[in-house]
Amino acid sequence: MRFERREHRSIALVIATPLIAIGAALALAGVLTAVAGAPVLEAYWLILKSAFGSRLSATETLTRATPLILTGLAAAVAFRARLWNIGAEGQLYLGAITVAWASSQFLGDLPGLVQIPLLLLLGALAGMTLLLVPLWMRLRFTVDEVVTTLLLNFVAVLLVSMLIDTVLKDPMAFGWPQSQPVADAAMLPKLLARSRLHLGLGIAVVLAIVLAFVQSRTVFGMQSRAAGLNPEGAVFAGVPLKGTLVIVACISGGLAGLAGAVEVMGVQGYVTTELSPGFGYSGIVVAMLANLNPLGVVLAALFTATMFVGADGMSRSLGIPSYIADVIVALSLLTMLVAVFFTQYRIRR
Amino acid sequence: MSAAFDIIASAGLWAAVLRIATPLILGTLGALLCERAGVLNLGIEGIMTFGAMIGWLTVYNGADLWIGFLVAAVAGGLFGLLHSLLTVTLGLSQHVSGLGVTLFASSFSYYVFRLAVPVAGTPPTITPFQPIAIPGLSDLPFFGPAFFSQTTPTYLAILLALVLAYVIFRTPLGLAIRMTGENPHAAEAQGINPMVVRYGAVIIGSALMGMAGAFLTLAAFNSFFPTMVQGRGWICIALVVFASWRPVRALLGGLLFAFFDGFQLRLQTVLGGAVPYQLFLMIPYILSIVALALMARRARVPQALMQPYRRGER
Repeated sequence: MRFERREHRSIALVIATPLIAIGAALALAGVLTAVAGAPVLEAYWLILKSAFGSRLSATETLTRATPLILTGLAAAVAFRARLWNIGAEGQLYLGAITVAWASSQFLGDLPGLVQIPLLLLLGALAGMTLLLVPLWMRLRFTVDEVVTTLLLNFVAVLLVSMLIDTVLKDPMAFGWPQSQPVADAAMLPKLLARSRLHLGLGIAVVLAIVLAFVQSRTVFGMQSRAAGLNPEGAVFAGVPLKGTLVIVACISGGLAGLAGAVEVMGVQGYVTTELSPGFGYSGIVVAMLANLNPLGVVLAALFTATMFVGADGMSRSLGIPSYIADVIVALSLLTMLVAVFFTQYRIRR
Repeated sequence: MSAAFDIIASAGLWAAVLRIATPLILGTLGALLCERAGVLNLGIEGIMTFGAMIGWLTVYNGADLWIGFLVAAVAGGLFGLLHSLLTVTLGLSQHVSGLGVTLFASSFSYYVFRLAVPVAGTPPTITPFQPIAIPGLSDLPFFGPAFFSQTTPTYLAILLALVLAYVIFRTPLGLAIRMTGENPHAAEAQGINPMVVRYGAVIIGSALMGMAGAFLTLAAFNSFFPTMVQGRGWICIALVVFASWRPVRALLGGLLFAFFDGFQLRLQTVLGGAVPYQLFLMIPYILSIVALALMARRARVPQALMQPYRRGER
């Protein structure tokens, strides 16, 4: 058995790939649900119902998708240039704590119209900074950024844990380690009354559209793809490799930092170490499911959020551990990898 | 300063160092074996989590401790098989496949654990491995309690480092593994099947990672809880570079690392309150990053690491 590269990929196949992958992941996870003694179809029906069955649940799913779009974009932009940023989780936390710090300590009195953009910028800058360190180590010492970004996730969460336990601790939180809240003026406007859905979703979708344009229609987009596909060839063709990677890192880290900022300013209002249930890691899956396409990221984030929100509801009715959502999401990454492979190769005996 | 000296002079520290080092040594050896054959295995964090869970669950259901250890190794091997299918047969990106394996293995662990053990106030426990005093040597002052009263898996891990060093550098099998990691085409010209070598190395390496995880629940602690691996897998990946892909240096690296970890744990109790404990907890991760920066340039990376091998394709 050998694999042969396909000369031509039909558009229909490329679009069908993530659907096939998700179908396969759901089928595999269905086996696990069945083993746990639950009716599989009912379980999936309950997931859908819990994620979209009411106004409340639908807005909740969209709220959950918001940071996933941003971390998904962060991964997609970086992976396109073969910059393996696995540190979105840490960058998210650093963005979040920077926002809480700035708003509670010295920007709190500014009106929202000034304060909000300023805070978003600071959050993005914080995420950026945390990714520039591993990039510098890669360029200076040839250290694989996968490991350094992963390790920095732990450092970042510990740093946040330390700050909300000491200098940024909220004295009104009955001893719980949580940061002082951001000012009321810093909270993002709601998109819908009586819901948690906030402007962050709009910001995330607009950024996805902007990135789609940048990736496909600008010189920088072309250079970053070239840097990923063939670094040596790119240099030969006159692409400034280091400069391109630095910009990619700024965008990627910035998006992840923004995810944290938006989550604090849109939903929580303060930071705890439970702010993110792995948004950074799920962002990797989101990016891969979208085949690194920024617009696809929005849809993939919606799917992932549906699984997480839906599984919570399903878990309450059927007693299946809600970890099934994590299993489905992880499996869909693996099935997507295989599915993409078979759009590029065919089996030849 | 004298506080630091007191800590270093206590036998308790050194006993803890060996205990902390064991999962790092096993995990690093596993990752090293995979990489020597040319496959980066970022599944390690998830495989360790699964090994910790399944080893514990096996013993919790009444099996012998060693059976638990074995089940964890076999489960690790199965995840290795999955990683091989993706990266060796299909030649997919080793980075992304490995992360996929980690995400799947860890979420699958939590799912199985929650299914088997419903939420309880205190996590259920097992009776873990007890320290075995080596006759004669364990009676030595200081050295006895420090180095010769460990659990059997710790002795096993040290022995495995030496065995692996022998296999890799002194046997035809080791030569085949190294050739496959350096230049699979040359290996094939010598009649070696690089695919088979890579499959074997990744499966055995992943089995070691499963054992590394099982040590956490069967010897270091006595219960399982989610996120207990705490990035130890990633630290092992860093230690492989620090050890320049050499098993004996992996052993020493694991010990050195565990020394700093054990030292900071004890320093925490001495300085408790004055310095936030999170600063101490950061030390292992920061040390790994520093170690990478120091060694990455000097280390000789297996030349075909992360390069998929397809017959007849260059």
